Amino acid sequence: MKRIYSVLVENRSGVLSKVAGLFSRRNFNIDSLAVGETDDPAVSCMTIVSSGDERTIEQIEKQLNKKLDIIKVKTFDESQSISRELMLVKVKFNKGNRRDIMETCEIMKAQIVDMSKHQMMIQICDTPERTALLITLLASISIVEVARTGTLALPKCE
Amino acid sequence: MIKCLEAEGVDMVFGYPGVAICPFYNSILDSSIKSILVRTEQNAAHAASGLARVRGTVGVCAVTSGPGATNLLTGIATAFADSIPLVCITGQVNSELIGSDVFQEADVTGAAESFVKYSYLVRDVSEIPRVFKEAFHIATTGRRGPVLIDVPIDVQNSSLSRFRYPEEVNLRTYKPTVKGHAVQIQKVMKELERARRPIICAGGGVLLSGARQELQDFVEKHRVPVVSTMMGIGVMPTRHPMYYGMVGNNGRPCANRAMNESDLLIMVGARVADRAVSQPDLITENKVLVHIDVDPAEIGKNVGPHIPLVGDIRHIFEDFASQEFACEHEDWIRTLDDYRTRMEPVRRPNPGYVDPAEFIRMLSEEMQEDGIYVADVGQNQIWSCGYHIVRKGRFLTSGGMGTMGYSIPAAMGAKLAAPGRQVVAVCGDGSFQMSMMELASMRQHGAAVKIVVLKNNYLGMVREFQHYTYQDHYSVVDLSGSPDLQKLAAAYDLPFIRLTDMSRAGDEIRRFLQEDTSMLMECLIDPMDLVR
Repeated sequence: MKRIYSVLVENRSGVLSKVAGLFSRRNFNIDSLAVGETDDPAVSCMTIVSSGDERTIEQIEKQLNKKLDIIKVKTFDESQSISRELMLVKVKFNKGNRRDIMETCEIMKAQIVDMSKHQMMIQICDTPERTALLITLLASISIVEVARTGTLALPKCE
Repeated sequence: MIKCLEAEGVDMVFGYPGVAICPFYNSILDSSIKSILVRTEQNAAHAASGLARVRGTVGVCAVTSGPGATNLLTGIATAFADSIPLVCITGQVNSELIGSDVFQEADVTGAAESFVKYSYLVRDVSEIPRVFKEAFHIATTGRRGPVLIDVPIDVQNSSLSRFRYPEEVNLRTYKPTVKGHAVQIQKVMKELERARRPIICAGGGVLLSGARQELQDFVEKHRVPVVSTMMGIGVMPTRHPMYYGMVGNNGRPCANRAMNESDLLIMVGARVADRAVSQPDLITENKVLVHIDVDPAEIGKNVGPHIPLVGDIRHIFEDFASQEFACEHEDWIRTLDDYRTRMEPVRRPNPGYVDPAEFIRMLSEEMQEDGIYVADVGQNQIWSCGYHIVRKGRFLTSGGMGTMGYSIPAAMGAKLAAPGRQVVAVCGDGSFQMSMMELASMRQHGAAVKIVVLKNNYLGMVREFQHYTYQDHYSVVDLSGSPDLQKLAAAYDLPFIRLTDMSRAGDEIRRFLQEDTSMLMECLIDPMDLVR
């Protein structure tokens, strides 16, 4: 079972390692983790995607709540939230596949953000599934390197 | 820092100096706080733990950076596993040098992260009053535990133009639940009225919240039988008619049977840990499980209860006491009383040696009523759990972590904390050798602790495990080369008694306990003896 935790933490040094350390120490999975400041610079928001059985999922929330640097833990399913990932992919291209790549980008609503004679960089900001799909589509062409943020998510508007 | 400790009412600090904590130890001389020099840092934490458990306050220890701090880690982890409130102060290298691997630098806040309740690395002297105030608050509220304060030497050397100790803490992320939820309390009362075979399993949390009397009053009023975990030993007098002993794989058979056959099990301040409940999923099958704990994360961690109840145990039992309800289960008590007489394990001790079980029983009978008994780890611990008789005293041991060498430093801390009470440490020859250096600290600080060494020349608990699991294929459990304890006692000016069999046990135990002075008693026990 996949679960998203949106965790508000005190923006202090060492907090990321404490939270990450909690997951490894208690044998919980981290599928993805993304951190950034909120509207309050003293508070950061960590979005953690994890998976496990019901008891594990409950334990993760309780153990997170025990940490003194954690202000608030919100947890929800993917279906109850909007989630996004940002990815940059650098691919090698030639005359023969240039059009194909551009068409793929168009279909996937991805943008070409940089280009040289033989390489182009594609940016996509979409759900984790569609981001993964773009990688599959580009895999047959030659991918040079990939950088991906973790999943960011917020519960849907009330 | 010293002013903060004074404001918290601390009168004793256990520790070991080094350059990085010298400013602290320089100032402590100008205060009324007594510093106790231990002989290795780990024992500073154990001694502080002994003090904390006997007084119900925080134990404080202070050591230097690097190896001082890393030596302390086992002591911190031991306190964490048993939820003992400590404030551990470590010196740290100069702030500007942190991260450059200078002499005696160790990232202690990083190393201790998974077994402290919280830790601080103090960056500026202005933070000191707030940090200390918070540390004492965190250690002593909610689920108790150790808090680490790492203070770089330059911060220790800085001064505050005006010292003001805060009166309140303001932690937006920390608000432990104290009062139990009224609806949940009602549910527990309903279940108690309905139950035919109720039982309470009490853990160390009952003692930590100071709810011993509240539990006892409740149990006597409603006649609910009680068993305990290892950490819960002492919640009830051992011979109380409603107490049936310790549960678990090394527990009393009648206690385990009582727990298994109950239809309502109320776990109070216990973790449902592996040593107490080997198959947590099974205990919910034929019964209603109520789990009461101050730490919400413990509820549902090992077993999902039918009725969770979060809060401080003393408050919850005060609320229970104000509820009107009636329960009736005299048949159940008769059954349990029958189990208690019928299921008592029979030992066949070797007459050529001291029988540890009978010895511990006699020793505890002869001890003062409010005496403090500190058990170490190994076979000695299991015998102590099984045969020590608590009356109004305390039974201390390292239950969660099982740290060998705990008994002597913890007993020293307990004796210094409560000089008027009798304190006896019981260890094996393995655990004794892990902390025998503290005989010097005991002598230096006048801690009149009685020490019993159950000597079998083996690491007995491991030998027993190898006996069952590896068919007597003994590996690295032989303690040959151990010192002559009589000579060792003489080296520390300790009166010494050697007991080779049970014939003179009564007289020698009385001689051992007679005067309030330190003494070492060696009991030769059968090397092949088993805890069962």
